[in-house]
Amino acid sequence: MRHTISILVENRFGVLTRVAGLFSGRGFNIESLTVAETQDPQVSRMTIVTRGEDRIIEQINKQLNKLIDVIKVTDVTAEEHVERELVLIKLNAEEKNRPEILRMTDIFRGKVVDVSARSYTVEITGSDSKIKAFLEMVRPLGIQEVARTGKVAISRGARTLAPKNK
Amino acid sequence: MKLTGAQIIVESLLAQGVDTIFGLPGGVVLPLYDALYGSKLKHILVRHEQGAVHMADGYSRATGRCGVALVTSGPGATNTVTGIATAYMDSIPMVVITGQVPANLIGNDAFQEADIVGITRPCTKHNYLVRDTKDLARTIKEAFYIATSGKPGPVLIDVPKDVLTKQAEFLYPESVHIRSYNPTVEGHIAQVKRAFEKIKASKKPVLYVGGGMILSNAADELFRFATGCHIPVTTTLMAMDSFPTRHELSLGMLGMHGTYAANMAMHEADVIIALGSRFDDRVTGNLAGFAPNADIIHVDIDPTSIGKNVAADIPVVGDLMDVMKKLNAMRAEDKTDWADAHREWLKTADEWKNLYPLRYDRSPEGKIKPQYVIQQAYELAKGMDPIFTTEVGQSQMWAAQFLTFEKPRTFLTSGGLGTMGYGLPAAIGAQAAFPNRLVVDIAGDGSIQMNIQELITAVQYGLNVKVAILNNGVLGMVHQWQELFFGKRYSASEFQVNPDFVKLAEAYGAVGLRATKESEVQDVLKEAYRTQKPVLMDFAVDREEKVFPMVPAGGTVKDILLA
Ligand SMILES: Cc1ncc(C[n+]2csc(CCOP(=O)(O)OP(=O)(O)O)c2C)c(N)n1
Repeated sequence: MRHTISILVENRFGVLTRVAGLFSGRGFNIESLTVAETQDPQVSRMTIVTRGEDRIIEQINKQLNKLIDVIKVTDVTAEEHVERELVLIKLNAEEKNRPEILRMTDIFRGKVVDVSARSYTVEITGSDSKIKAFLEMVRPLGIQEVARTGKVAISRGARTLAPKNK
Repeated sequence: MKLTGAQIIVESLLAQGVDTIFGLPGGVVLPLYDALYGSKLKHILVRHEQGAVHMADGYSRATGRCGVALVTSGPGATNTVTGIATAYMDSIPMVVITGQVPANLIGNDAFQEADIVGITRPCTKHNYLVRDTKDLARTIKEAFYIATSGKPGPVLIDVPKDVLTKQAEFLYPESVHIRSYNPTVEGHIAQVKRAFEKIKASKKPVLYVGGGMILSNAADELFRFATGCHIPVTTTLMAMDSFPTRHELSLGMLGMHGTYAANMAMHEADVIIALGSRFDDRVTGNLAGFAPNADIIHVDIDPTSIGKNVAADIPVVGDLMDVMKKLNAMRAEDKTDWADAHREWLKTADEWKNLYPLRYDRSPEGKIKPQYVIQQAYELAKGMDPIFTTEVGQSQMWAAQFLTFEKPRTFLTSGGLGTMGYGLPAAIGAQAAFPNRLVVDIAGDGSIQMNIQELITAVQYGLNVKVAILNNGVLGMVHQWQELFFGKRYSASEFQVNPDFVKLAEAYGAVGLRATKESEVQDVLKEAYRTQKPVLMDFAVDREEKVFPMVPAGGTVKDILLA
């Protein structure tokens, strides 16, 4: 099963390598990984999407916790949460395609962020299924390039992942 | 007061209570070696950096304190990797300080640059590249704290040359707080209670003890619990010295070369109490056939060890010292007649012990059996408070099987990584900690050649270790597998030639002794133990001898080869 794991880490060099190395060194798979600073510049947040049986996921969680620079690990899959990903899609923009691109972009509440004689670049934000659906719809028009950010996730409601002040 | 980075390191180590370090200098660490000159820190100059790390490891295992090694950048640093990985696999607390090229050159393929932080990331508990002299003291404090707390392990600190030469205010921190690192020490009382109730309800329990028992210094508590509850004890290679070998509750080692009784007891047990052990594949064999009837209680300080290979019915995260004390307290309150409860089970275990005890045949022609040497190495050392180290191979397994252990931290062996070349430097490290005890390395003729250069280190510092080489002229364990599983096709396992170990010892200024007949063994050992110098003993042993019992890799107790 697919799991989305949120991790707070110390914002230090080498931390990303430690986390990535933990996955590669144990043969765990990473589907996507994002990392950036949080509201506290000393703390970064990673979101990792991975797949595996419960036993593997439990090991991943424990192993992540074992890393000295990891402050907190939460598997958000089990709780109410919001997941989003941003995708930039460069599409063939011949005359006849343009209205269809604009229509699709509108339906999916995307934006055209760059235009040239031969291409339109569209920005779409959403859940996995929305992005998948959009890509399906525009595929016949000719996709030139896709860049995805990978997923970010956050719990619904008042719950936070913020580090406890121990 | 302002000090240079080099002085800060020396002062920090002293403040940390370090008395001895093991190392070898080179370009970028010269400022640090200069600061060591005339300081109160004793520095043992090795001949190869791998030796320095194994010595720090041996020092650590023998004393329970954190060993320290110091090396230069590049090749000095890369030479430490096997030693660090060895310590990592066995959770040995250690701090390794490596020099690094100046910070502004890092990444430029500078002379003697190696990304040792990157190289050792997967084999250290944690590692640091220090970028600012003012971070040094705190980093060292953190490194010792991380190395020695929770599940211990090696920590590496990489220090660029300019960080050694620049100055900063020195204040050694009294304490450390790392918000992202808070190992659980105290076992959850409700879980311990559940474990105790499960043990009470069991008819056929086994204590399966691993290296964690040694690391947490809880062997006395184990003894109290096992004898109080009349539960048989089997140990892994890492914990042979956690329970007295000759006690009636001892089943000896389990696993691939474990005793018949230990493996049968695990197989028939209704409750297995795993204490600081991790169900390694050399212990379990084929997981599908492992301990089919047992509920598992698993106590470990490392949550990742629990449920990794074998699912635990009752997991307990905590330091064994704490958990064993809690278990003993519960036992003291409890009125169970344990002797009665486990009488049948212990009788069965005794039958297994008597049916297939560890044994070997003496040679009618008076050839030397390696097991005989090992037994004598212990018998003649009794009363001298001996510490035994090992290399790896058949000799290591025979040492585990045929030595007798009385107290913890007296059997130093590379379990997890199985590093040939460990035993001699580890013995030197242990001897440096305890100059007056007898320290003996049980070696093979292959392994001893992997770090033989350290013999001169022993000579230089008067660290009078004794090495018993069980010389069979082959890479014995490899030879054994080839004989049993590869149709006697002895590919690259037979040494066509070996050095003359007696002359070699003499060349080093040590003493060399040789025995070629069983009748000479005792005299050689006695002489070696009497000699106030490092001694290499060359025992020409019967190469046909094999390590039995053996559960072939991936097998179960049903596949056990007894001879
Ligand atoms: C550094 C290293 N290289 C290779 C091995 C694989 N290996 C395990 S046992 C063994 C043979 C050891 O031979 P020796 O030291 O002569 O001991 P014996 O088995 O003969 O007692 C080898 C090569 C190892 N454990 N460590």
